[in-house]
This record gives sequence, structure tokens and C-alpha cells, in this order.
Amino acid sequence: MGFKAKRFWKLALGPVLMLMSALALAAGGDVSSVNMSPGVTEVGERIYDLHMIILIICTVIGVGVFGVMFYSIIYHRKSKGVIPATFHESTKVEIAWTVVPFFILIAMAVPATTTLLEIYDFDDAEMDILVTGYQWKWKYEYLNEEGDNVSFFSNLRTPQTEIYNAEDKGEHYLLEVDEPLVIPVGTKVRFLVTANDVIHSWWVPALAVKKDAIPGFINETWTRAETEGVFRGQCAELCGKDHGFMPIVVNVVSKEEYGQWMAAKQTEAAEIKQLMAQTFTMDEQMERGKGVYDRACLACHGAAGEGGLGKAIAGSPIATGDLGQHLDIGINGVPGTAMQAFGGQLNDVDMAAVITYQRNAFGNNMGDTVQPIDVYNHKKG
Amino acid sequence: MGDHHHGPAKGLSRWLFTTNHKDIGTMYLWFSFAMFILGGAFAMIIRAELFQPGMQLIEPAFFNQMTTLHGLIMVFGAIMPSFVGLANWLIPMMIGAPDMALPRMNNWSFWILPPTFLLLASTLFMEGGAPAAGWTFYAPLSTTYAAPSVTFFIFSIHVLGLSSIMGSINIIATVMNMRAPGMTYMKMPLFVWTWLITAFLLVAVMPVLAGAVTMMLMDVHFGTSFFSAAGGGDPVLFQHVFWFFGHPEVYIIILPAFGVVSQIIPAFSRKTLFGYDSMVYATASIAFLSFIVWAHHMYTVGMPVAGELFFMYATMLIAVPTGVKVFNWVTTMWRGALTFETPMLFCIGFLILFTIGGFTGLMLSIAPADFQYHDSYFVVAHFHYVMVAGAVFSMSAAIYFWLPKWCGRMYNETMGKTHFWISFIGFNITFFPQHFVGLAGMPRRIPDYALQFADFNMMSSIGAFIYGASQILFLYNVIATIVAGKPVSDEKVWEGAEGLEWTIPTPAPYHTFETPPKIDPAHAHS
Repeated sequence: MGFKAKRFWKLALGPVLMLMSALALAAGGDVSSVNMSPGVTEVGERIYDLHMIILIICTVIGVGVFGVMFYSIIYHRKSKGVIPATFHESTKVEIAWTVVPFFILIAMAVPATTTLLEIYDFDDAEMDILVTGYQWKWKYEYLNEEGDNVSFFSNLRTPQTEIYNAEDKGEHYLLEVDEPLVIPVGTKVRFLVTANDVIHSWWVPALAVKKDAIPGFINETWTRAETEGVFRGQCAELCGKDHGFMPIVVNVVSKEEYGQWMAAKQTEAAEIKQLMAQTFTMDEQMERGKGVYDRACLACHGAAGEGGLGKAIAGSPIATGDLGQHLDIGINGVPGTAMQAFGGQLNDVDMAAVITYQRNAFGNNMGDTVQPIDVYNHKKG
Repeated sequence: MGDHHHGPAKGLSRWLFTTNHKDIGTMYLWFSFAMFILGGAFAMIIRAELFQPGMQLIEPAFFNQMTTLHGLIMVFGAIMPSFVGLANWLIPMMIGAPDMALPRMNNWSFWILPPTFLLLASTLFMEGGAPAAGWTFYAPLSTTYAAPSVTFFIFSIHVLGLSSIMGSINIIATVMNMRAPGMTYMKMPLFVWTWLITAFLLVAVMPVLAGAVTMMLMDVHFGTSFFSAAGGGDPVLFQHVFWFFGHPEVYIIILPAFGVVSQIIPAFSRKTLFGYDSMVYATASIAFLSFIVWAHHMYTVGMPVAGELFFMYATMLIAVPTGVKVFNWVTTMWRGALTFETPMLFCIGFLILFTIGGFTGLMLSIAPADFQYHDSYFVVAHFHYVMVAGAVFSMSAAIYFWLPKWCGRMYNETMGKTHFWISFIGFNITFFPQHFVGLAGMPRRIPDYALQFADFNMMSSIGAFIYGASQILFLYNVIATIVAGKPVSDEKVWEGAEGLEWTIPTPAPYHTFETPPKIDPAHAHS
């Protein structure tokens, strides 16, 4: 027995090691790091149940098949003097193992179908949010029935110094944004998902939502979070250089808190409208402009305007040339290149500030101060 | 007849101008191994960068080039040519033919490959870098937003397709016309069957891929908008066309592997393959189903629910013929007289790991669950279980099994078994934890990741380095065998080996079956 056991363990070493490590982790308590999470929605729970049922069925079949195989490996070996059998077909057995799996599949297909139909039931949504993927950020627009629509961009907040290991990484490294999506708890929220440039995919595991954001298409999906909290996700479709750096953060809050937040956002939007009528000094524009630059331009044009994926801003013939052309590129982008049209992404106040900043930073010294009204006029043509 | 018994020409011209199926098979195999090392080196760069959170070694843009080239080179440069090489060596010997039906085309279909991959690899040094949209190169990331090198990539794909189509036509023509008298279809070894079906798949889908890249070329250079929404085109169309090629493609990779395993398991079980007929029918069913399941790669793309349901049901059905195959292999081992030489170990490894990959495939077929799995590391784990453990393990088994026949020398068994165990353990340490991080929410194709994924990624990287190192041992063992292995002269080499290729002298002479062998009509199949 000793000899046989030794051979058995030699053969079984790999799978046993894997199983042991998996069990050790599961026993460690934190299953969320090794398994799907049911999340905070009913659909998520149903998907989780489906996942577990199929996992268990597969495991049982696997144990059966591998059990027979390992029985052969242990007992049907030449070294034990076994004379090989000569059978090589059996219509009955073969029909059985064609038909039985077919019925197991039907058993799986039934709950899968009902869950899928529920996921595809977009009726009775209580609110709509338009989600637009950009290289490499998300834009959220609340399509409010009452009052103005509210929209904003949501950018990665993790600083480059953490990514490039100059600083310790924070708790939510790469999963933190400057402005999260806010939705009310217990509310069926419908997401209309699209993209501005390439294909992205909006994925928040805890909300059981993943939908591709495709330019030219508007996809539908929905969620109803049953628990308040902060839930994090990431872009799931390769979308270029910074695909790994466009996270999603969703704050699920109480309905009251959501109401207050929305009112505040609408007031803020009104204030921006007011700001658009104002005139700013060079210093004010430079200060605001730096903030906008770091958020919107830095990824491609570099922290010191030295360029990268995009052209250099420092000494650029555009940033040190005709203002009209500079505004035009900022607002309309350069078609066919990675330079996007920022006219729809930045409000006129921010656009004026960042153009001013580009013309007067990094050694550029044009001395002109661009005002929101200039941007407005340029857009009007 | 005497003047036909010449040996190979001398020097470089032997290889450049050869029309001999064994020479061409050898070149395919060495070329694919070189590509395996190159694609593997890219994988090592990827795993080194993912060893820890944060960007340490390379930039995100280069990371994307690495994942793209790793996938393209492994699929088109390593796995596919390796099985074409095996087909070249074995199909004529297995069906009792003197050579392939179209030997000059055979030469050409090999020799256009090396320059093509040189061109593809050279895109790394071009302005803007190599293609970086993934091996699936979804538009418009691969068209409007791609680096200029995409044009060279498109040309490479066209030439690769040409090579594959020529290789497939050759295999179809050989199997249909050159079988020895008495070698009926249902007597052919299963490896020949799986390759015949694979060749039909290739002829059917490579032109579709060529169509997809041609549309890309038009979009990039000639102002069309096939895939550009701004011009009235449809980015999703690209995915449909790509996966209409891409799904049969994964069976193109795995079917010849099924064939290899179906030859080797009976040999070391000393027992005939169980259910030969059902194996043939299962292979044909899988091939047919492979054409009607493509959109299961696109569950999150926003298809209507009827489409989702159709593709889900069709995909689940594939589990039936695949299950038949696994059951047949296990039953072949049942009550055999088993021994565990290196080829058998690799086949058992294949059986275990491919079955696990099949299970995760079944899980992925469930559309609602796929909303959570899709584009996560769970998918990465799944397809490496079927591609690496499926294709690469069976390829390793094939080399150990037939190399002694080819060169008349035996490999070092201890080294072979060591190669197997290091591969098996390294492979599982690499890819098993990727199931966990995928389920926990880590997307694929990202150069950096959140902190909760750190431990498993480090484990994965360590496993990858172990697995990578084991292939160096493989290379050494193969070279040592060819140069200085213990000579074998027994025609059968392996006690339990059956089939025409084991009836010729060892090492296999330069020309075989110049007169067709006699097939015993009573003998069911090899």
C-alpha cells in the first residue's frame, strides 16, 4: 500500500495543492476575494445563485469523472499485472452520456432564462442616467424630469505619484474618482450607456451591471440597490492606453440625501451659468485653468506641457499662436486623432480658464486672458 | 525506381526548396517553437509588470502592445503552425501516403510565415508602437484610434490567412485523395479525422477574418466607415464578423489536440480507443456548433434578449459532444494496462485541465452570469485552461510520443517527466488564482490593479515564471534527444502504439510509403 500511496500522491500532487490553497483561503473567511459577490441587488443575488448552482453541478461531475480516472490510474496499471480489457464501444452507455448531460443542461437553462428575462425588463424605471464613456473617464448625465439636467465627468483621483510608486498607495488605489455617481437606494435606476470615442464597458460588480458603451449606440441596463454604501467598478472593455485607469464609483444614498445632493448640483449648475457672464482676471483664470488642465489635459500632454500621447503644449505653435485656432482645437478636437472635442466636456468657464493657462504656462507667455464669453462666441461661430 | 530513393539535398537549399512533408513539418515545428518562446517572452513581461500593484517596468501603452502581440503570436504563430507541422509529419504516414497532395504549395505555405511574423514583430519598433487593441482588435480602437502600424498588422493577417488556407487545402486534398487502398474514412486515425474537420473550418473562416481586416484597411486608408458610427457605420459589426471567425478559430486550435490525445491515451492504456465512431461524430458536431455560437463573446454588447437566448442555448449544447469526448477518453483508460511515460502524463494533464476549462466555459455560456464574468480575469483563466492546457500540453505530449519515431532516438524520460511536473504545477499556480481575482472583479487587459488583487497576482506571476522556465527544459530535452539520445530501432517504439506510422522503420526514412501499404480490412481503425 505504501508504494501505491506514494505513486498516487505523486500524481495527485498538483490538484491537491490547488484545492488546499483554495480551501485555506475559503477557511480564512474572506470569500469575497475568491468568489463572485452577490452584491446589493436582487438580480445580483440571482446571478450569484446561478453561478453557485452551476459551479456545484460542474464540481460534482468533475469529481465523478476524475474519480473514475484516478481509480483507473491507481488500479488499472500495467505494473500491477493488469491484462487490458478489449471492449471499445457500447451504444447504451454512449446514448446515456449524451442524453443525461442534455437534461442537466435544460435544468441549468431554466433559471438562466428567467434571470435573463428579468435583467432585460427595463420597464418602470424611476430615473434615467446617461452614462458616456470617454478615453479615459466617464460622464454622467441625470435626465431629470423636474428641473435642469445635471451632468459631470468622473475622473480617476489616484495621483500619478502613487501609480509610479513615489508615494504609498491609498486604500482605494485606482478605484477612486474625483466625483462619484450618486443614486438613491431602493430605486430602479435605468442607465443609458454610450461612448464618445472607442468602446468602453461600464461594470460595477456589486450592482450586477455590465454594459458595453459603444459609440453610435445607446444601450440600456438597470439596477436597484437595496443597501446604501460606496460601490466600485472599472471599465471592462480595452479602450486604449489608460483602460486600467478609468474607475467607476457609485454612492448609494438614502432618498432624502439624494434629493439634497441633486438640489445642490442644480444650484451649482445655475452658478456656473452665472459665472459665464463674468469677467475674470489673469490670476483667477490661471488658478482655475491649472485645475482643469490637471484633470483634462495632463494624461496626454504631460504635467509640464511636454507632450506624450498628445503634442507638447510648451512652445506649441497653437498655444503660442492664433487664439481662434487654439479655441477651435480645444472645443472641436482634431478628428481622426486622440485629441477629443472638449467643447462638450468642459463648461465655457473651465474652457476659457484652461486655454488661458495653456497660453501662459510652461514658459508660454502670450499674456492674453480668455473669458467665458469668448468661448461662447466661438461656439456660436 | 532506384533513382527515387534519394536522400535530402545538402545545405540551405534543402530547407528552402524542399517539398518533403517531413522537412516541411520539421520547419513548421521549429518555427512554431521559436514563436512560442517569443510569445512567452511577452507573457513574462506582462507578468513581471503585474507582479505588484503600481507601474514598475513598462508604460501602459507598451503593456497593451504586449498583451496584443502575446495573443496574436501564440494563436497564429505558435499553436496553429505547430499543429500544421504535426499534420505534415503524421498525416501521410498515418494514411499510407508518400507525401502531401500539393507539395510545392506546402513549401510556400510555410515559407511565407517567417517574413510575416518578422513584419508583425517589427511593428514594435515603428512610430506609435505595435498594434495595441488586443488580439481581438475591436474597432474603432483598432482603426480610427490605432497607431500607423495597424496597416502592417492587417497585411500580416492577410498573409497568415493565405498560409492557413493553403495548408488546409493541402490537408483536405491529401486526406481525400491519398489514402492507401482499404483506408476508408472510418478507419482513419482520429488525428487525421480531427485535422480534416479542422481544415474545413479553416477554409470557411479565414476568408471571414480577411474580410474583417480588409474593411479595417478601407476605414483606415480609403475613407469608408464600415466600423465608424460617425460615418454611419457599425462598431458592433466588427465584433460579429470577428467572432464568426474567432469562435471556430478556438476549435481550430483544440480539435487537432483532441486528435493527438485520442492517439496517445489508447497507446499507454494498451486498449483500443473507446467509441471511435462517436468521437468522429462528436468532432463533427462541435465543428458545426462552432458556427452558430459566436455572439456568446458579445453578451454585454446590447443584443436583443432573443439573440442572447439563442446564443446561450446553442453554446450550452457544445457541452454535450465535448462531454462525450472526455467520457470516451476516461473509458479508454478504464481497465486498460496503464503506464505513465511523459506523453501519457501530458495527456492526463490535458484531460484534467481541459475539463476544468470546459466547466468554466459552460459557466461562461450562461448569459446572466456572464454579465459578471465577461472581460474579467475569469475569462483569462478559462481560455488559458483550454488553450495552454489543451493545445500546448497535447502538443508537448505529441512531441514526446512521435519524436523517437522521427529521429530514431529516445528522449530522457526523467527530464520529460520533470518537464511535465514543473509545467503542470507552474501552469496551475499561474492560472488557477486568476479565477479568483476575476470573480472578485478584476478586469482583464489592465496594466495595474487595485490592492485587493495583489496576492493572487504575485502568485500568478511566480507560476508564470516557473511555467516559462519549464519550456527551456523542454527545448533542451528535444535538442539533446536529436543530437545524442539513446538510439531506438524498434519500429513500434511504444509497446501499445497502433497505426501505420509505427510500421515503417525507425527513424522514419526520408521517403515513406512509395508503394501503398496493405490495410487489414478486419482491423477496425488504429
